[in-house]
Amino acid sequence: MFVYIVRRLLQMIPVLLGVILVVFLIMQMVPGDPAVLLAGEGASAETIAKIRTQLGLDQPVMVQYFHYVTDVMTGDLGTSLRSNLPVFDEIMARLPATIELAIASIFVTVVLGMVAGIISATKQYSAADITIMIVALLGVSLPSFWLGLSLIYYFSVKLQWFPVAGWGTWKHMVLPAITLGTAGAAIVARMTRSSMLDVVRQDYIRTARAKGLREQVIVYKHALKNALIPIITVVGLQFGFLLGGTVLVESVFAINGLGRLIVDAIRMRDLPVVQGGVLIASVIFVFVNLLVDVLYRYFNKRIDLN
Amino acid sequence: MMMTADQTKKPLLEVQNLKQHFPIKGGILGRTVNHVKAVDDVSFTIFEGETLSIVGESGCGKSTTGRAILRLDEPTSGSVFFEGKDLLAMSKSQMRSMRKDLQVIFQDPFASLNPRQSVAQILGEALAIQNIVPANQRRERIIELLSHVGLRPDQIDRFPHEFSGGQRQRIGIARALAMQPKLIICDEAVSALDVSIQAQVLNLLKSLQKEFKLTYLFISHDLGVVRHISDRVMVMYLGKVVEIADKKSLFDSPQHPYTQALLSAIPVPDVSKKQERIILRGDVPSPINPPQGCRFHTRCPLAVERCKTEVPALTNVHSTHQVACHLVP
Repeated sequence: MFVYIVRRLLQMIPVLLGVILVVFLIMQMVPGDPAVLLAGEGASAETIAKIRTQLGLDQPVMVQYFHYVTDVMTGDLGTSLRSNLPVFDEIMARLPATIELAIASIFVTVVLGMVAGIISATKQYSAADITIMIVALLGVSLPSFWLGLSLIYYFSVKLQWFPVAGWGTWKHMVLPAITLGTAGAAIVARMTRSSMLDVVRQDYIRTARAKGLREQVIVYKHALKNALIPIITVVGLQFGFLLGGTVLVESVFAINGLGRLIVDAIRMRDLPVVQGGVLIASVIFVFVNLLVDVLYRYFNKRIDLN
Repeated sequence: MMMTADQTKKPLLEVQNLKQHFPIKGGILGRTVNHVKAVDDVSFTIFEGETLSIVGESGCGKSTTGRAILRLDEPTSGSVFFEGKDLLAMSKSQMRSMRKDLQVIFQDPFASLNPRQSVAQILGEALAIQNIVPANQRRERIIELLSHVGLRPDQIDRFPHEFSGGQRQRIGIARALAMQPKLIICDEAVSALDVSIQAQVLNLLKSLQKEFKLTYLFISHDLGVVRHISDRVMVMYLGKVVEIADKKSLFDSPQHPYTQALLSAIPVPDVSKKQERIILRGDVPSPINPPQGCRFHTRCPLAVERCKTEVPALTNVHSTHQVACHLVP
């Protein structure tokens, strides 16, 4: 297990180098010159050229890339062009809110999705099953910004149960977590249902029933544990979508998170912040993937990770 | 009606008019449009300590009968008396505690063991749920059970995928034995195994039967296996019992044309013996709309007018042999 984790960590290096390269190239291709933006309107060509030299933007792309990578290796993500603060500090200031939001959303995804899926599977073709599946279909189809605005309208503006925007208390978390977690919950519900239905037809479930086990024990201990593998896969992937989704949801709910930081940085051509933000998000995603693989091992003794 | 085959023996399980009709849903609203009559009015008795086999081709309702007895699928109607108590009339919790006495071994040893549980967990759970052995003695008891089925004590913490097919089926048998059951339903228990392993497992089942005074309901489509293990044999066709007799009587003088056709299909390991094989024409009719009268009349080489209209009842050929055919006097 230890060897496996170390090996996986080493394998992350090329993945992250690739991520840096892609982000770097995309930012190079985006029209607009950061030096022009920084210098402000009506700045002279000399000022712009000076800024460009300062930032190393006059050097060849490959050299810029090389500098960036070597800096990252030493933990230096550069300096924000806008605020002149280290990118690392900027990101760390915004990250907690995003991580809290992501965890709260994944909680909504897992709990809501799995409970709905289990009910659906154990009561196949019942009214409850049909209702859950229709709601799940809606859940996947609704765009998150629309869902977020609707929730704000009903629960914040009309009922005044939750704050309209901002971040800090658990009350701030509820609506954004539901907004961000719903689509995932819908997918997890469908996955849980089909995976459970697959498992409950197996003979070992009949065996468990023949032993005289209670129905709850059969469902949770025998069926669910075997049905978990595809569910874990989906939840792991959902986490990736979630990181992307925070961008929209943070904008809707005015949360000062990583997603908003990246969006603002893109608008300002604040190259180091964009690169750093995407890099950190990728690192988190890669680690979550590793966690998923380790969980596989835990839930399926047959998957030999080495 | 069924006659008691041997008055000196005590009936352990009496199945009366068991029906298992599965609904077919159709249309937008999912109404029940028809039924698959998988088991239709089946009655038979199993006596203590004997092995009764059910034979018949795929889809004749053998396995469904086994599952209906155990209420793994709830039967449509009928009654199943186990030691005089009607299992089908019991509440779910009463039935759960009864399960100790009635165990099952399934066909596929790869599918019938939970892949997430070690052998100790599989067997231990059975012991724990029915509270047969106190917790501190369970491990010893599991090792003892493993030795009964020819597995080593050091294999106790392994997982099902670490065993071969034959070994897994032994685990399945040990699991069934763990409950100290009176009746074990072997649902195609050896069909998935290699022929050499089949013999091993069959002999194991036989010796365990002697040791623990077990009663078997043995479901199989393999007549060779049935001949080896049974005391009595019941032949099913399309959800109905067509013939039931002691093994010798059935194999020596099969009465029902279907049984005769089945038996003629057994290969004889003797080239000098010329074998007359009765070839049945056509396919098994659908159990959704089974033929009127005798269900076998569409394929029976001897069918007469009466067979098309009148359902034949099981009647005695002699005290240990019943057959459902109009042509058998």
